[in-house]
Amino acid sequence: MDLRIVVVHPDLLGTYGDGGNGVVLLQRARWRGIEAELVDAPSDHALPGGDLYCLGGGEDAAQTASAHRLREDGTLAASVARGVPVLAVCAGYQTLGRSFAAADGRPLPGLGLLDVVTVKGAGPRPVGEILAEPCDPGLPVLTGFENHGGHTARGVDAAPLARVLSGVGNGDGTEGAITGKVIGTYLHGPVLARNPALADLLISWVTGAPLAPLDDAEEQALREERIAAVRVRRQLRRAGRS
Amino acid sequence: MTTSARTRAAVLATTVVNALSRRFGAGSGTVAGGHAGLALDPRLLEHLASNRRIALVSGTNGKTTTTRLLAVAVQGSLGRPATNATGSNMPTGHVTALAGAPPGAPAVLEVDEGYLPGLVTSLSPEVVVLLNLSRDQLDRTNEVRMVASKWRAALAGASRTTVVANADDPLVVWAASSAPHPYWVGAGLEWLADAVGCPACEGRITFAGSSGRSGPGGRGGPGGRAGAGLWRCECGFGRPSLDVRLEDDDVVLADGRRVRLELALPGRFNRSNAAMAAAGAAALGVPWQESLPRIALVEEVAGRFAVVEVGGCTARMMLAKNPAGWRELLDLVCPGDTPLVVGINARIADGRDPSWLWDVPFERLRGRMVVATGERCRDLSVRLRYAEVAHRTVRDPVAAVRAAHIGAGGALGRSGGDRAPGPAPDPVPRPVSVDFIGNYTAFSDLMARACARRDAPDAREGSPAWT
Ligand SMILES: [Zn+2]
Repeated sequence: MDLRIVVVHPDLLGTYGDGGNGVVLLQRARWRGIEAELVDAPSDHALPGGDLYCLGGGEDAAQTASAHRLREDGTLAASVARGVPVLAVCAGYQTLGRSFAAADGRPLPGLGLLDVVTVKGAGPRPVGEILAEPCDPGLPVLTGFENHGGHTARGVDAAPLARVLSGVGNGDGTEGAITGKVIGTYLHGPVLARNPALADLLISWVTGAPLAPLDDAEEQALREERIAAVRVRRQLRRAGRS
Repeated sequence: MTTSARTRAAVLATTVVNALSRRFGAGSGTVAGGHAGLALDPRLLEHLASNRRIALVSGTNGKTTTTRLLAVAVQGSLGRPATNATGSNMPTGHVTALAGAPPGAPAVLEVDEGYLPGLVTSLSPEVVVLLNLSRDQLDRTNEVRMVASKWRAALAGASRTTVVANADDPLVVWAASSAPHPYWVGAGLEWLADAVGCPACEGRITFAGSSGRSGPGGRGGPGGRAGAGLWRCECGFGRPSLDVRLEDDDVVLADGRRVRLELALPGRFNRSNAAMAAAGAAALGVPWQESLPRIALVEEVAGRFAVVEVGGCTARMMLAKNPAGWRELLDLVCPGDTPLVVGINARIADGRDPSWLWDVPFERLRGRMVVATGERCRDLSVRLRYAEVAHRTVRDPVAAVRAAHIGAGGALGRSGGDRAPGPAPDPVPRPVSVDFIGNYTAFSDLMARACARRDAPDAREGSPAWT
C-alpha cells in the first residue's frame, strides 16, 4: 500500500519544528518498505486528500487564519469522518477543539473534531520539558517540550492522551486528548521524534497491521537522556525545598 | 550630586567594575560595570550618548558582523567609533562601550531586537540599520510580529533618524515604513517561513522569483529564499522601490553605478551584511568607494570564521543561532567535502527547546562525514538519522573535532542510512582541516578551549569574548 502524509498549513503552523513529525512518519514507513510520500499543504490551496494528517504549532494570528481556512475547506473534517488519523500539536491541537482563544482572549470557533475547549491560561506560560504517562498501556512514557499559553478543558467525548508526571499539559493534570484516531497534544520535540512508538501507532492505524521493529538506538538514547534530565531537576527542586 | 557629577561617578564605576571583572575572570568585563554605572545614574546611557553621532544595528541575524563592518567602514572619515564588538547588545554593554570612548567619538552599537524601540526613542540616533526578523530562541521571545510592531511604533517618531532597512524582508519593511526617512536596501533574504503572512492585513505575501527551496525532508516548502525578486500582498503592501541593491557580487547604486564586493568573509549572507553596513556608512556621509574597500578586508568577526587549533587539529569556526543562520551556513559548507562537526547546546542563551533542528535542512549533508556534538548531541543525532546523514555522536566537542579529523580517511562510524561504503580507510590520518558549526554556547565553549591559529585583527585589538 502507499501512505500519503499531509502536513497541514506549514506556512502558518510551522513555528516549532513540528514539520518534523511528517518527516518521522515518512521515514519510519519507508524504512519498513511501505511506499510513502510527504505532502506540504499550504494554506492558500485546497487541502489535498491524504491517509494521515499532521498539524503543528503556530502564533495566534496564524492559528486563527488556519482554523478559518480549514473550516471553510471542509476536507479535514470529512477525512476524520472516514476514519483518517490526525496528529495535532499545540496550536493545531487547540484548532481541532470546539473553540480556542484569540490573541485578545475572545473565543473563536475551532473544527470541533475533538471535544475540548481552550481558554487563555492564568499565570505564567508553561515553557519547559514535559513528561506524561499515556493512558494507552501499549505506549511508553511520553517526553516533549511544551510552550503554550492555553488551558484546555476536555468534554465527555475526549479521553486524555496521558497523565502528566512533570510539566503542565492541559492544565488539569492530564495531557492532550484522543477521540477515535484523532490525537491532540502540547508536546513539541517534535513529539514523534522523541516518541517513535506514537509514530508507529499512527502508521499502524493506516496500514491496519503490526509493524516490524526498527533499530531505534538513537531515539532511545535521546529519550533516556530527556527523561533523566526531568527526574534530576525534580529531585533537585525537592531537595531545595526540604 | 549634580547630574554631571553623578554621571562622572557612574562612568568611573562602569570602568572600574569592568576592569575588576576582567581581572578576576568573573565575566567578559562588559556587563557588570554597565550594571554598576546604570545603578548610580539610570540615565547614564543618554548622558554618554549626547554630542555623539550614533548608529544602531539590529535584526535577528548578522548584527555582530554588520556592527563590526560598519565600525570599520566609518573609522577613516569619522574617527575610531565606540562599539560593543563582543556582542554585549543590551544597555549594560552599550554603557560599557561608551564609558571607555573619548568625548565626541562616534558610536556604532549592536542592539538586541527587544531593546531597539527604547534606544531609538531615548538616543535619537542618526542612523538605524535593520537587517531581518525571523524566529529565534522560541522559548524566550515568542512572536517576531510583535517585535516588528514595536519597532514600527518607535520608528514612527524618529524624525531625526535615517532608517537603513532590508527591503527584501517584509517584516522589516513593515517596521521601517513608518519612519520619516527610510533608506531601502535590496539585501536579499534567505528564510521566508516567517515572512509569508502579511503584517499589514494578515493576508498572504507572494514572492516573485522565490526558488522554493526544499525544506525538511527534502521537499519544497516554506523557508525557501527570496531572490532579488519583488514581493507584495493583495492589500497593496509590497517591496518599496530600492535606493540601492545587492546583485550577485555587485552593489548597484541608485544612479546605476556598480561597485564590486570582494570580501574576505565568505557567504551570501556576509555580502548582504556588507551592503547593509556600507549603506549605513553612506547615511553617515561616508562614500561607498571609501567604505567598501575597508569592509572587504575584514576576515573574521568575534571568532566567526576564525581558523583555530583544537585538540591538535585545525578547525574553521562558524556560528549559527537559528534556522535562517543554519541555512546560510549549510549553503556555504555544502559544496565541499571537509569533515563537519555540528555542536548543539540548549542553555538559556541558546533557547532551551532544540525543536528548531527540524526546521534546518540537514538533508543537504547526505554523503558528508558529520560528527554530532554538544550537550544536545542526542537531539541532533536523531535529526541526522531521519535526514539519512551518516554520523557519529561524540558529546565532548574537542573529542568530536578529533574524531572528525581522524575519521576523514573514510572510516567514520555508524551509518544513518544509505551511505555507500567508501574506500578503505587511510592507515595514517591525513592533515585535514575540520569545519565546526555550533549554536551560541556550543560555539563560544569550543572557542574558549581553542588556541588562536593566526593573528586575527579582533584578537590584536584585545577584545575577544572568549578569554
Ligand atoms: Zn496585506
